[in-house]
Amino acid sequence: MSGDLRAASGGRIDRNRVLRFRFDDREYTGAAGDTLASALLANGVHLLGRSFKYHRPRGVLSAGADEPSALVTVRRDAARMTPNLRATQVELYEGLEAFSQNRWPSLELDVGAVSGLLSPFIPAGFYYKTFMWPRGAWHRLYEPKIRAAAGLGRAPEQADPDIYANRFAHCDVLVVGAGPAGLAAAAAAAGSGARVILCDEQSEPGGSLLAEPAAHSEAAIAGEPAARWLTRTLRQLTAHPRLTLLTRTTAFGYFPHNLLGLNQRLSDHLPRPDPGQPRERQWQVRAREVVLATGALERPLVFPGNDRPGILLAGAARTYLNRFGVLPGSRVVLVTACDAAYQAALDLHRAGVSVSAIVDVRSGAPDGPLLEAARLAGLPVETQATVLGTSGRLRVRAIRIQKLDSAGAPAGPVRRIRCDLVLMSGGLTPSVHLFSQSRGKLAWDESLAAFLPGQAVERVRSVGACRGVFSLAAAVSDGTGAGLSAARDAGFSVSAAIPEAPLPESAAAGRPGALPQPPGVSGEKAFVDWQNDVTARDLTLAAREGFRSIEHVKRYTTTGMATDQGKTSNINALAIVARELGEAMPRVGLTTFRMPYTPVSFGSFAGFARGELFDPVRATPMHDWAARQGAVFENVGLWKRARYFPLPGEDMHAAVARECLAVREHCGIFDASTLGKIEVAGKDAATFMNRMYVNAWANLAVGRCRYGILLRDDGFIYDDGVVARMAPDRFHVTTTTGGAAGVLALMEDYRQTEWPDLDVWLTSTTEQWAVIALQGPAARRVLEPLIEGLDLSAGAMPHMSAARGRICGIPMLLMRVSFTGELGFEINVPADFGLPVWQAVFETGQAHGITPYGTEAMHVLRADKGYIIVGQDTDGTVTPDDAGLAWSIGKGKPDFLGKRALERPALASPYRKQLVGLLTRDPQQVLEEGAQIVPGRHRSAPEPALGHVTSSYHSARLGRSIALALVGAGRSRIGETLYVSMPDGDIPVQVTSPVFYDPQGSRLNG
Amino acid sequence: MVDLSSARQQQVLAPTPLLKQLPPAARLVLRGRSQVLAAAADALGLPRSETPCRAVRSDVRAALWLGPDERLLLGSADAAAEMHGLLQRALAGMAHSLVDIGHGQVGFEVSGARAALALNTGCPLDLDPASFPPDMCTRTVFAKAQILLWRTGATTFRLETARSFAPYVTQILALAGRES
Repeated sequence: MSGDLRAASGGRIDRNRVLRFRFDDREYTGAAGDTLASALLANGVHLLGRSFKYHRPRGVLSAGADEPSALVTVRRDAARMTPNLRATQVELYEGLEAFSQNRWPSLELDVGAVSGLLSPFIPAGFYYKTFMWPRGAWHRLYEPKIRAAAGLGRAPEQADPDIYANRFAHCDVLVVGAGPAGLAAAAAAAGSGARVILCDEQSEPGGSLLAEPAAHSEAAIAGEPAARWLTRTLRQLTAHPRLTLLTRTTAFGYFPHNLLGLNQRLSDHLPRPDPGQPRERQWQVRAREVVLATGALERPLVFPGNDRPGILLAGAARTYLNRFGVLPGSRVVLVTACDAAYQAALDLHRAGVSVSAIVDVRSGAPDGPLLEAARLAGLPVETQATVLGTSGRLRVRAIRIQKLDSAGAPAGPVRRIRCDLVLMSGGLTPSVHLFSQSRGKLAWDESLAAFLPGQAVERVRSVGACRGVFSLAAAVSDGTGAGLSAARDAGFSVSAAIPEAPLPESAAAGRPGALPQPPGVSGEKAFVDWQNDVTARDLTLAAREGFRSIEHVKRYTTTGMATDQGKTSNINALAIVARELGEAMPRVGLTTFRMPYTPVSFGSFAGFARGELFDPVRATPMHDWAARQGAVFENVGLWKRARYFPLPGEDMHAAVARECLAVREHCGIFDASTLGKIEVAGKDAATFMNRMYVNAWANLAVGRCRYGILLRDDGFIYDDGVVARMAPDRFHVTTTTGGAAGVLALMEDYRQTEWPDLDVWLTSTTEQWAVIALQGPAARRVLEPLIEGLDLSAGAMPHMSAARGRICGIPMLLMRVSFTGELGFEINVPADFGLPVWQAVFETGQAHGITPYGTEAMHVLRADKGYIIVGQDTDGTVTPDDAGLAWSIGKGKPDFLGKRALERPALASPYRKQLVGLLTRDPQQVLEEGAQIVPGRHRSAPEPALGHVTSSYHSARLGRSIALALVGAGRSRIGETLYVSMPDGDIPVQVTSPVFYDPQGSRLNG
Repeated sequence: MVDLSSARQQQVLAPTPLLKQLPPAARLVLRGRSQVLAAAADALGLPRSETPCRAVRSDVRAALWLGPDERLLLGSADAAAEMHGLLQRALAGMAHSLVDIGHGQVGFEVSGARAALALNTGCPLDLDPASFPPDMCTRTVFAKAQILLWRTGATTFRLETARSFAPYVTQILALAGRES
């Protein structure tokens, strides 16, 4: 079957470029420039899918983004399968493969349609009423069944293989919508020198002008035929170097401060997209001024049987005819509530389609140039009439109409008119979605029967049909004026006179709500929301059941809640509810417009942030060496740290035990480069340190180190680390790996806001230094031959000292510190020398049994000594005293961060949780970290826990398990037996000091 | 004993048509009050400048404004000790902080007609020459990494980032550079 129903000429398609495509496994042809919808209509295919709830046959309703019915899945391969696309927006390409949705086994014979027969039993809100009992059945039975029956397309099961790009952009004027008003606005703004971005969701700019017949258009702009105006304006725009024209680009969201999200579809229209190029690009545009030229959407009319395939919006039929050269039917009935739709009947008539009737549902005696033209053309016009129903199984075959009496009630004989195409127009609804998203207030205009943009919050203007200025010349003038004034407000001098803004026009007001019906219940459904299958009756039922606010009606009936967000349905729903409640429409309210305007792929939001690039992966200079040694890495913040270095055949437990013993007996080498480092320098550096950290710094001699503790102002431990005093006015501060950025920010904050008088400055040196920790009794022997100019003896360089020197000719900052309890050094060298120095140390250490160890062994070794890890043994509610570190507080200091908080009685209570050690009776039993600790074994009722296990390991050196815990009044319980409560029974533990190994520190000071 | 003083191992990242890794450089962060910054400029033969977010430079050195009390001083790697010495002499007796971060950052040149577009893949700033003219410099972000961006010419930028973030930044820039 080929494009049988194609007019011989006209439209913007290329009849010479025939494209083959498949829909539901049948092959068709279309033309370059077609959408999937226009190509199917050209092949006489009106049945495109089944509806959501009742599985009714559905076709194409519209020709654009508002399409609620013709939703399809487009498949390129198993991974590239996009469901719920609007066939009206899918551009045709050679080989396109599309499928209808929500049908089984086939579109023509759908078993689910039986639910249409059950429809009396599934009214609005049925799931709230029906599936309450029996209890528990919801999860087991109802929800899975409903989920399987409902829903539209299916999500692809494979990962999305495509690339998605991101771009930040700025402009003076962003124009959304490249219809006549938007084009005029962009041309005016760009002509004033402004940097302009003009975006439009369609494949080519032009908006409503694309639906004007090129050959014999009555449409003219200042005497110039519209088609010529469009060509000339586009030529003018593309010549502007500071104008960016983006087609296939939907402005989907309006965020604060004139930030708009645009989604640009780059390759969905191509037969063979380059897999190396992005499929979509998300733009985040910051605009000084925004011009919204988003147009208007036509409203369907609400009458029984208004959803059959072959029933289209009048404007959509014009688009199919004039833009795509498609004759959507051969015998047409137009049902309209406004003048503008007459143009569709006139255009079809001229194209040779038989117009069986124009049914004007308005009361009174409508008149106007288009009505006159229809009469002159001899088209049969039936005024003051209503539609009682339609017939036809998979395509409309006839329509039944009846006259309205003077009171507006149906009266007189019912006429049945045979037809294969029904066009309807309930009037135009200005597209105020983005304006509303920008928090602008909407104002109800009674004469237009529409919400129009009112008071703006952002620097935004609405022009053309989206503010009720529908006629072409007025919309263009409106656009020009807004473009000029936007450029002026963005700071450009505008020489041209700014035309006065035209007034909104009521010609397209139409008639929101349901068409009058005779008394008694009609068996046929009159649809309001096509996508969610909400009928006029559902809405009146909701109102009768007591729902007053449209927000509640929406949630109860689901009207407007589908992916089309009620573009075609909201105003009709509001009118029906208002009428039922006897209220004015604005009093019933309007539901919130939410982003996105049309669905946006997840890929577009993710952009590059997926897989390897989801987050930065930070690696130390020695990372590759560790990887070559077979290290297993763990994530610490964004860093990769070597966790352990298993030898062939070793599991983690064995590797960690071996690494621990090597450090205790010989020498271990450890990459500590990730520790945060901050240089605190300036004449007031010691004063600053005194105010930030709890410790006393004034008496710390140059060349000595101290373990520093930093509190938040609430008195709880925030970070810790060794601090070396390198000069009277200079401290080398180390922080935890994860805390580095936060500590610097906290310090800088206090420095700038609290103590700007201090001569002290901060510089992060975290990445300047590679840090090699050498720990173990042989550490000094390994290091000595490599360094110059330093005496490493215990007398010259005792525990907690620091000095500058050279290692292998490289300048070095050497600190004698230990987080293992052994003799230890930390060698700081400039990062690019980290790996060569590490390799030299490792080489020299071979004779001394040097062993690389990872963070897991480091954790065990420090737990042997009861050294805390901030964030593991503390949780933001632990004071220095709780952690057994009260000794670190400089007692004589007038103030430090957190001092006042520590003086609160609650923070000095002896019953606070304190850090203690725990030893299990069974030395091989390792407690679970996080497990709760209780006082007694035989409990009759739940009782509050005394505390919890914070760290727990098997200590290779001690040959048994050890644990650290925070326990209420813990230090007074040393020697007691407590119980760790586990699902399979309580584990008795003895409370001990947290220092399990070398409490005298003789090894440390060796 | 081994001498490793010539064994410097700079991280090497794959170049792209858009992106060239710069050789090692001297990088000193100088912080202090205005008289310190002025004395430092004099000592290095650079114009005194307190214009926010602007770089001043001579043939061999540059000072980048990073904050009212903060400059990043750049020079060639072999001149680091000389710069350090000049500054220490000029600033003796004045309260200041001078810190070497030469190994902590990696520098790149991003150049070409599409340089700004590629940078705007991850950087939210307006890089139009009217808003971000040559010699403008600032700390900013590139996707989830902090960077320093300095426009050195009409279509040329110098980008600096902490060394561990460099692979992330260059990988995204490589992808951005491939966009047609």
